[in-house]
Amino acid sequence: MTQERKIRVLIAKPGLDGHDRGAKVVAHGFRDAGFEVVYLGLHQSPEQIANAAIQEDVDLVGLSCLSGAHVYLFGEVVKILRERGAGDITVVGGGIIPDEDIVRLKEAGIKAVFLPGTPLDQIIEWTRANIKPHTDKAR
Amino acid sequence: MFTDRTLDQVRRGMARWLAELKSAAGSLRGKKSFKTLSDIEVKPVYTPDDIKDLDFESQIGFPGEYPFTRGCQATGYRGRLWTFRMFSGFGNAADTNARWQHLLKEGETGLSTAFDYPTLMGYDSDSPKARAECGRCGVAIDTLADFEALTSGIPLDKVTTSMTINPPATILWAMYLVAAEKQGVGWDEIGGTIQNDMLKEFIAQKTFMCPPEPSIRLISDTIEFGTNHVPRWNTISISGYHIREAGSTAVQELAFTLADGIAYVRDAIERKKLDVDAFAPRLSFFFNAHIDFFEEIAKLRAARRMWAKIMKERFKAKNPRSLWMRFHTQTAGCSLTAQQPYNNIVRTTTEALAAVLGGTQSLHTNSLDEVLALPSDFAVTVALRTQQILAEETGAADTIDPLAGSYFIEALTNEVEQKAWEYIEKIDEMGGMLAAIDKGFPQKEIARAAYEFQRDIDSGARAVVGVNSHVASAAEPIPLLKIDERVEAEQVRKLGEVKRRRDNRAVKLALDDIRAACKSGANVMPSVIAAVREYATEQEICDVYREVFGEYRDPGFF
Amino acid sequence: MTIDKILSGDVLAAARLMRGIDDEVPAALEELQEIYLHTGRANIVGISGAPGAGKSTLLGCLIAAFRRQDKKVGVVAVDPTSPFSGGAILGDRIRMQAGVDQDVFIRSLASRGWKGGLSKATINTIHVMDAMGKDLVFVEAVGSGQGEIDIARVADTAILVLTPGMGDEVQIMKAGILEAADIFVINKAEREGADSLKVSLDVMVDGRSHIRGDWRPPIVLTEAVCDKGTDVVAAEIAHHQDFLKTSGELDKRRADRARLELLWSIENLMQAYLERMEPGYMARLVAELVGRRTNPRAAAREIIARLGVTGDAAY
Repeated sequence: MTQERKIRVLIAKPGLDGHDRGAKVVAHGFRDAGFEVVYLGLHQSPEQIANAAIQEDVDLVGLSCLSGAHVYLFGEVVKILRERGAGDITVVGGGIIPDEDIVRLKEAGIKAVFLPGTPLDQIIEWTRANIKPHTDKAR
Repeated sequence: MFTDRTLDQVRRGMARWLAELKSAAGSLRGKKSFKTLSDIEVKPVYTPDDIKDLDFESQIGFPGEYPFTRGCQATGYRGRLWTFRMFSGFGNAADTNARWQHLLKEGETGLSTAFDYPTLMGYDSDSPKARAECGRCGVAIDTLADFEALTSGIPLDKVTTSMTINPPATILWAMYLVAAEKQGVGWDEIGGTIQNDMLKEFIAQKTFMCPPEPSIRLISDTIEFGTNHVPRWNTISISGYHIREAGSTAVQELAFTLADGIAYVRDAIERKKLDVDAFAPRLSFFFNAHIDFFEEIAKLRAARRMWAKIMKERFKAKNPRSLWMRFHTQTAGCSLTAQQPYNNIVRTTTEALAAVLGGTQSLHTNSLDEVLALPSDFAVTVALRTQQILAEETGAADTIDPLAGSYFIEALTNEVEQKAWEYIEKIDEMGGMLAAIDKGFPQKEIARAAYEFQRDIDSGARAVVGVNSHVASAAEPIPLLKIDERVEAEQVRKLGEVKRRRDNRAVKLALDDIRAACKSGANVMPSVIAAVREYATEQEICDVYREVFGEYRDPGFF
Repeated sequence: MTIDKILSGDVLAAARLMRGIDDEVPAALEELQEIYLHTGRANIVGISGAPGAGKSTLLGCLIAAFRRQDKKVGVVAVDPTSPFSGGAILGDRIRMQAGVDQDVFIRSLASRGWKGGLSKATINTIHVMDAMGKDLVFVEAVGSGQGEIDIARVADTAILVLTPGMGDEVQIMKAGILEAADIFVINKAEREGADSLKVSLDVMVDGRSHIRGDWRPPIVLTEAVCDKGTDVVAAEIAHHQDFLKTSGELDKRRADRARLELLWSIENLMQAYLERMEPGYMARLVAELVGRRTNPRAAAREIIARLGVTGDAAY
C-alpha cells in the first residue's frame, strides 16, 4: 500500500529583501495544488537554503528576490547544491529580474524564472509538468 | 441633510429607476458583481437616501475644522500645493546626489531618500550580508562621510527631506542633524521626516532588526528628542503604504495604520510621560494610492476623520494640531505591471489624482519601469510631470475636497470608516497592536487577502490589462537603469579609508556610551549623534542595538 | 550501501531514504528493516501543544542548549496536511532554525491524513536519525487531544507546551492529556494568567494517575522568544532521562513502542497481502459489514482463515 507520491518544494528568500507577498502566495497556491511546501522565509543565506533543501529532500527550490541581488544569490544556491551532491534538486526563481539577467540565471542553472504577472496556475502547471518526486533514486 | 420631501422623491424615483434596470437586465454588462478592491459592494447608482443620516457639521464640515474630513489645513491646496516628493536613491551617495539635483531642477519640491538593503537592515557595505545588494535598490550609506556626499550642495535649511529608514532611523537622523550643523544650519531650521515605524515592519515591510518592545522604545526616544530639540521634524511616518503593498485591502491598510498610531501615542505617553499635545502635532502618516479610484479617496477622507476622533476622544488632545492627520502618499507599486510597461503611466496618473482628491500633503508618483528596475531619468521625469500637470492644468487642486457631498463618495467614506473601526475594536480586544502582531493577526489577514487577490486575477474575476486582459503577443523591451557593478567595490574601499582616518578610540568610547544608554533607558539620541560625528559606521551602532536588544526573526506567519 | 551511509551520518542518503519512507516506497521500507537493528540509542523527546503555543521557538532554544553540550541532535516536525487539497505548508522549521547550526538535522513532515497528528513515517524517520547516531531526536507536532497521546507513545520524554489565556485549563482536564506528559511548559509566561495556570496545573498533576511511572512532572515557566527558562527545560529533560534508566521505565516504554510498531506492521502487511491476493477483498468485506450481512468478528475470522491459518485455535 504505497502512499501517493507528493511533490516537495522549498520556498525561500535569500539575502536581505523582505518582500514576501509573492513567496507566500506561491506557497499557498502550491499547498492548494497538493504539494508539500517547506516555507523557509526571509533573510536566508544560500548555505542555509541549500542545507535545508538537502535535509528536506525537496524536488524543487523556489527562490524570490526583489532587491536586484538575484544573479549572485540564486547562482550561489545552485552552486552549493551541486557541490554537495544534490544537483538533482531543481531550482527556479522569481522577483524583479530584467530580461538580460534571465539568460545569466539560466546559464547558472536556474531552470525557470517567473516574472511579476505570472499566473499562479502557470507556475503550478509548470511544476506538475517538469517536476517529479525523485523518490525512486537512492543516493 | 435632506428634507423628507426630497427623500420621498428620491425613493419614488429609485423605484421607477430600478424597474428600468430590471427590464434592461439583458443588455447589462456581463460582470456579475461590482466590488471595490476591499470587497465593498458598489451600487449602480447612489442617491441622497444613501447618506440620509449624514450630518454636515459633524461629519463633513469645513477644511481645517474638526473632524477634518475635508482636510487639516483651512486653505488646502489654495494655500499651498502638495509637495512633489519623489522617493529616490541608488548606487553611492554621489549617484543619488546627482539624481536629487536633477529632480530639484525639474521641479520637485521635497526630497525623499531610498536606501539600499544593507543600510535598511543595519549592515555596512563590507559585510558579507551586503554582497551583491550594495547600492542596488537605494543608496549605500555607511558613515557620515557618505551622508555629507549625499547632501552636498543641497541647502538643508531650504528643502525638507524624508528618509525611508526604520531600525537604523536614529542613526540616519543623527547623520542628517550633523550634516545640517556642518552646513551651518540650526536644528530648529531643518524640516523632514524619518519613517521610523517599526510596527509595520513586523506586519509588512519586514526590514526589522530588534524585537518589537525595544524597537518601540527607540521610536519614543526619537519622538522625545524631536519634541525637545528639532521642532520642525516629523519623527515618525506611520505607514499604511507597505501594508497595502503586502496585499491588504484598503480597509485593512487604514485600520492597521491607525492601530499602529494608537500604539505609538500610548507608548510615548506612558514611557516618556510626554504630554500628548507636545508631540502629536509632529506625527505624520503615509498611505498608498491604489488603483480603485473612488475607494482611495474615501479611505483618505475616512482616515482624517478617524484619527481626529481617536486623538480627541481616546487621548484627550487639546491642541487642534494634535488632531490633524498629515500624510504623504505614494501611488501603488503593486498595481504596476511588467507587461506593457507604458500602461503604468496611466495607472500612476489616476492613482495620483485619487491622492490629490483625497487631500494628500505630499506625493510620490511611481515610474513606469519600476516593476523591472529602478527608475531611469526619462521615466522619473514623466512621473514628476504627472504631478505637475495635475497641479497646473487639470483644476483638481483649485477647490478643496471637491468630492464632498457626492452621494457615492460620502457613503463609501462612511462604509470604509465603519469597517475600519471593526478591525480597530478587534485589535483593542486583543490588547493592542503589539499583542496582535505577536499573535500574527495582521500578518495572517494580509497573507489571506493577498492570496485571494491573486486567485481573483487568475480566475479573471479581477482584470489587469496586459496580464489577463488585452494581453500582448510579444513583449516590447524598454531601456532600463543599470546599477554599476563597481559601486560595491568602491563603497568598500571608501569605507576602509574612513575607518583608517577616523579616531578609532573615540569611536569605541562613543559606542560604549550608546550601549550604556540602551541599557539604562536614557534617550539614545545624544550618544548616537556623538558616535556619528566620530564616523562610527551604521553597522557598528546597529551591532550595539542587536547586542543589547536581541534580534527578531521572521516567524513565517501564514 | 545505503545502510553504511546512514550509519556514517550521510545526510544526502538519509534524507533520500526518509523520502522513501514518507511515500512508503517498498525499497525504502526494505532498507528500514536493517536500519531498525541499529536503533535504540537515541533519546526521543516529544513536544506537543496547541498552535501558537511557541513549540518551535522553544525547540530552537532546546536544540541550542544541547548543542552547547556537544550533543548530536535531530528534529522531526509534523504539520497537518490540508484535508481539501492533500498539500501542506510545513512552517515549523522556519521558527526553530535561528542560531541552529547546519549539523542539526531538521526534517519537516506532513501528517498526510493521519488522525492524531502523527504519521507512520514519523516513527520511521526518527529511526533513521537514531541510526545516524543522533543523541537526541525531538519530534514536534500539534496537539489536539489525540495528538498529545500519540506523541507520548512515540517519545521517551513527552513535553506539553501551554500558554496562559488560551483556555488550556479546560483542555487539560480532558482525559488522557494530563497523563500524557512528563514535563509541562508554560510558555509566554510574561503574560497574565501564567501563575494561576501553574497553580491549576499543580493541583491537576497531583491528582493524576501514574501511568508514566513514579515521576512527578515538573512545571516550567518559559519565555522562549528571549530564551528565558529554556535551560531549566533542558535540565529537566536530562533528569527525566536519568529517571527512565534507573526506574526501568525506559524498557517499558520501548516495549510499548515495539508492540505498537509490530501491530502497525502486521496491519500494513496484511492489508497489502489481501489486496494482492484478491483486489477489492477488503472493500467487499466492508460492504458486507455495512449491509449487516456479517459482523466484524466473523469477518476477521474469515480473513485469518484466508491467510492460511489452520488448526483448532480458539479464536
